[in-house]
This record gives sequence, C-alpha cells and structure tokens, in this order.
Amino acid sequence: MSQGFNHRGVWAIYRFEMARFLRTLVQSVVTPVITTSLYFVVFGAAIGSRMSEVGGVSYGAFIVPGLMMLSLFTGSISNASFGIYFPKFTGTIYELLSAPISAVELVLGYVGAAATKSILVATIILVTAFCFVPVRIEHPVWMLGFLLLTALTFSLFGFVVGIWAKSFEQLQLIPMLVVTPLTFLGGAFYSIDMLPAAWRTVALFNPVVYLVSGFRWSFYGAADVDVGVSLGITLGLLIGLLVVVSWMFKTGYRLKQ
Amino acid sequence: MPPILSISRLTKRYASGLAALDGVDLEIDKGEIFALLGPNGAGKTTLINIVCGIVTRTSGEVTLDGQDIERGFRMARTKIGLVPQELTTDAFETVIATVTFSRGLFGRPPAPAIIEKILRDLSLWEKRNDKIMTLSGGMKRRVMIAKALAHEPEVLFLDEPTAGVDVALRRDMWNLVRGLRERGVTIILTTHYIEEAQEMADRIGIISKGKLLLAEDKATLMKKLGKRALTLSLQEPMSELPEALSAWPLTIKSGGYELEYTYDANDGQAGVPALLRRVAELGIGFRDLATRQSSLEDIFVNLVSASTESEART
Ligand SMILES: Nc1ncnc2c1ncn2[C@@H]1O[C@H](COP(=O)(O)OP(=O)(O)OP(=O)(O)O)[C@@H](O)[C@H]1O
Ligand SMILES: [Mg+2]
Repeated sequence: MSQGFNHRGVWAIYRFEMARFLRTLVQSVVTPVITTSLYFVVFGAAIGSRMSEVGGVSYGAFIVPGLMMLSLFTGSISNASFGIYFPKFTGTIYELLSAPISAVELVLGYVGAAATKSILVATIILVTAFCFVPVRIEHPVWMLGFLLLTALTFSLFGFVVGIWAKSFEQLQLIPMLVVTPLTFLGGAFYSIDMLPAAWRTVALFNPVVYLVSGFRWSFYGAADVDVGVSLGITLGLLIGLLVVVSWMFKTGYRLKQ
Repeated sequence: MPPILSISRLTKRYASGLAALDGVDLEIDKGEIFALLGPNGAGKTTLINIVCGIVTRTSGEVTLDGQDIERGFRMARTKIGLVPQELTTDAFETVIATVTFSRGLFGRPPAPAIIEKILRDLSLWEKRNDKIMTLSGGMKRRVMIAKALAHEPEVLFLDEPTAGVDVALRRDMWNLVRGLRERGVTIILTTHYIEEAQEMADRIGIISKGKLLLAEDKATLMKKLGKRALTLSLQEPMSELPEALSAWPLTIKSGGYELEYTYDANDGQAGVPALLRRVAELGIGFRDLATRQSSLEDIFVNLVSASTESEART
C-alpha cells in the first residue's frame, strides 16, 4: 500500500457502492424514465397548454433543468445517506473504522459513488427529455460543472445526514421535510420572476433558487440571478459541508464512542 | 525484541461516565497467543476496540510495532485484523465479494489465490458464491474470520471467536489459530471458555472491572496459583466439623458426604498425612479419596472474587 493514499481502499468502497446500484439496474434506469415522461405528460400537457413559453423557451423544455436538479438533490442525498447509514445500522461499520483508511478517503469512496449514481440518473432524465421537448444546451461546460458540483454537494450533505441519523425515519426526514419543499419553492418549475415582489425576496433566501437558476442558465442562457452568484453559492455550500464532515471525523461524531 | 503491541496506562471513560478501562498496562510479544479472560463487562471488548480504532481512548499510550495507533494509524491498522464479538455481515453480498472487499479496503493488491486459500481453510470455498444471509450462524462467523484474514494481518484479534459455535467449528478454529501462529501471526483472543485459554494460549491475562489483575505465562500462572484439593468421600454424613479438625481449612460438601481440603500445591503435602492420621484417630470412615489440581477456572474465580471483595471493603 502506498503510504500516502489508500487508493485501493477508496476503490473498494466505490465499487461496493456501485455494485448495489448495478444489481438493481433495471429499476434504477426505468424509474427515472417513467417519472420524467409523466412530468412531461402532466406538466407539459396540462400546464404547458396554458403557459406555452417562459422567457422564450417552451414550458416543457423550461422545466428540464429543474427536473434534473430535483433528481440530483434527492438522488445524491438518499444514495450517500443510505450508503453510510447502512453499515452503521448493521454494525459492519466496524470494518471501515478499523481499516487503514482516512476520513478523506472514506468520503471520496462514498460521496464519489453517490454522485456517480445521481449523475447517471440525471443523464437518463436528460436523454428522456430530448425525446419529448426541444432541449438545447448553450453552455455545455458550465452545465457539466454545475451537474458535478451539485451532485458532490448534495452527496456530501447526504453523507452528513447518514452519519447524523439514528433511525431510518431520520434518514428520510431531511429529504422530505427540507429538500423537496425547497426545490418546489426554489423555481424548479417556474421562474421566480413570475412571483409577486415580496415572495421573490423571500425566495432569494432559498439556496436552491441559485442552483436551479445557474443550471438553467447553462441550458438556455437566461437566469433569475447572476450565474456567478449561483456558482459562488454552490461552492459555498460545498465548502461548508466539507467543514462539517471534517469536524465530524475529528470528533468521531456518532461514529466512535 | 520489542513487543509488537504495547499498552500503558490506558483508560477509557464512556460518555455515560462509566470507566470501562482503568489504567491498563500490557505488552504482547510477536508470535504469541494471548488470551484475555474476564467476566461480562470487564472491558475486554473495549480494550480490543481501542487498539483497532473503533473506540477512542480517554488517555494512555498504545503502540503497535512501535507506531502510535492514532498518529501512525495507516501502518498500525494495515497490520491488524479483527473478528468482532457481534456477528455483523453484509447480508446481500456473496462470500467472495465481501472477503475481496475487505482486502481492498485494507489497501492490499488483489490476490485471488490468497483469498481462495483462506476460504478453503475455513471450508467456505464451496459457498463462495452464496449470499451471506443464506448461511448459518457458524458459517457467518467463518466469513468474518475470512474477512479479518484477507489482508494477511500480523496481529489478529479474536473477540470471543467461539461464542455460540459448535464443537467441530471450535476445533477448526483452534487449528486455524495454531496454523496462523506457525506463520508468526500474533493472536489476542478473549473467551469465556476457560478450557479454551488453557488449551490455546501461551500467556493469559485476567481483567475485571477495567483493571488487568494479572498477565502471566500460562505454566507459571498454573504453578503459582495452583491449588490442590483433597476430597474424602465419607461413609457417614457429617453435619459439622469436629473441633479436633479445626486446624485444617475444611469444607463439608455434598450434604455432608464429602469433606474437601484445599491446599497450596507448592507447600509439598505437609498437611495431608497429618490430616489423614487425625481423621483415622477420630474414627471417621471414608470410602474413597481423590486429589485434583485446581484448574484455571478455579484460579479465575478466586482472583475475580478476591478483587471484587477488596473493592467492596474500600
Ligand atoms: N458504547 C458504550 N457506552 C457506554 N458504556 C459502554 C459502551 N460499550 C461498553 N460499555 C460498558 O463498558 C463496560 C465494558 O464493556 P465491554 O464490552 O468492554 O466488556 P467485555 O469484557 O467485552 O464484556 P463481555 O464479556 O460481555 O463481552 C461495560 O460495563 C459496558 O456496559
Ligand atoms: Mg466483549
């Protein structure tokens, strides 16, 4: 083993986590295809017929970045939180704790796998969307950048939730109570410009607004807030979570007695 | 040769305030089999878990092969294998996948031949593609041993390896331990089966209430603390000891049909002939007589109860 970095250990965790995903591959692929199609049928047909365009983009195409973001948020969180919670729950965590693997390496393995999975699902959503609506991507490099950063940020968040959670209920709590509402309120399916002025101000306190806006900008070149601000907020969240994770490992928070 | 594992003034206080370890000093030499004995809650698992990085110490020094277990955690942990007390496995994985995972996790390059050998030694090869949840409890324990051996550790911790294990598996396990020792692996095990410690270990440590009462060569321990017991099977039941026998520490057993005399094996047999003469003089008839060397179990019970009593007095 190289003294500096246990790359084999990271790889072992990554492969282990991906294996779970691949075992249920059909389910993992079919589910997003069906739900995405449903969104287009319901939103596209029902709402889209009354509200044909948002800022020059057809409503169906407009919601694609929001759909991808929603899936990235929930997917990343549930993959990573489950990934680290499960060994805690079954007790197999003893092996991770007794292995010559550092906190950084542990996070790389779990967060890397969680982000990979959620990016795969988001990509499937994008591909499905192409079949229904005229999607275009004006800034592909930015699009990939936001995709990657968001997946990593929320996987890291999921990792924190997984270490914090003491039960399966708590594991579900954060995504259900915090992330999903923030996403729906955060302009995933509308532009916050469409809100009354007072609500618009409130919305600006929701970090999801910035993530969705930046991501949508990379598709259609139009944004609710400046793209630089979006990037800044995303990086800020990522760094904040890195600080929390390193504190957790330093203190052994809910991992070691 | 410096000890492979060196523990000094180790203490552990859990968040609940309970002092599970209270100043433990212990050195383990390379290649020895060390058995840690102690009643439930003595601190055996806590001690092992601290060395393995699962529990954090409150204070004290622990070095493995000269490396501090926290500052030098990579070097130290690469050399350590652990079979924990609880059966915890990845139910949905196959045997071979989980064992291969363990090797990778510990940073070792893939080695299918080594994995195969380990699985064959533990009679798991036939079941390598079975999901762990389909295995019996004893088989799951074998899987946990295979996982602990996958990275070829130099020091192996077995926390009650034979709890809930049948005779055949226990024998297999003992053979495995002997085989590992021949290859120079140091083994530290905890057990409640005293005959196991007596059978397997080179050295024995006794721990109670977080204190290591002793750590001694097995033979020395048996000799130093060994007592002999003489039992007389009486013809007539005896309800109380005659005044004339009060010079000997005797106890009446089996509802008065047995008289037991315990004495120090190192004292020669000074008291025995005199006792027998006196018994004859008093006209006490006995049908049979037997002596036995006290077992490790007696030593253990004596030590632990003595330490509990001394604690009660203070
Ligand atoms: N996580 C914990 N929090 C608080 N107290 C604990 C914890 N783990 C163990 N203890 C306590 O520490 C003491 C030592 O426990 P430990 O598991 O080390 O004992 P042991 O010698 O392994 O016992 P056994 O033979 O039953 O396995 C016990 O009193 C136990 O209740
Ligand atoms: Mg124990």
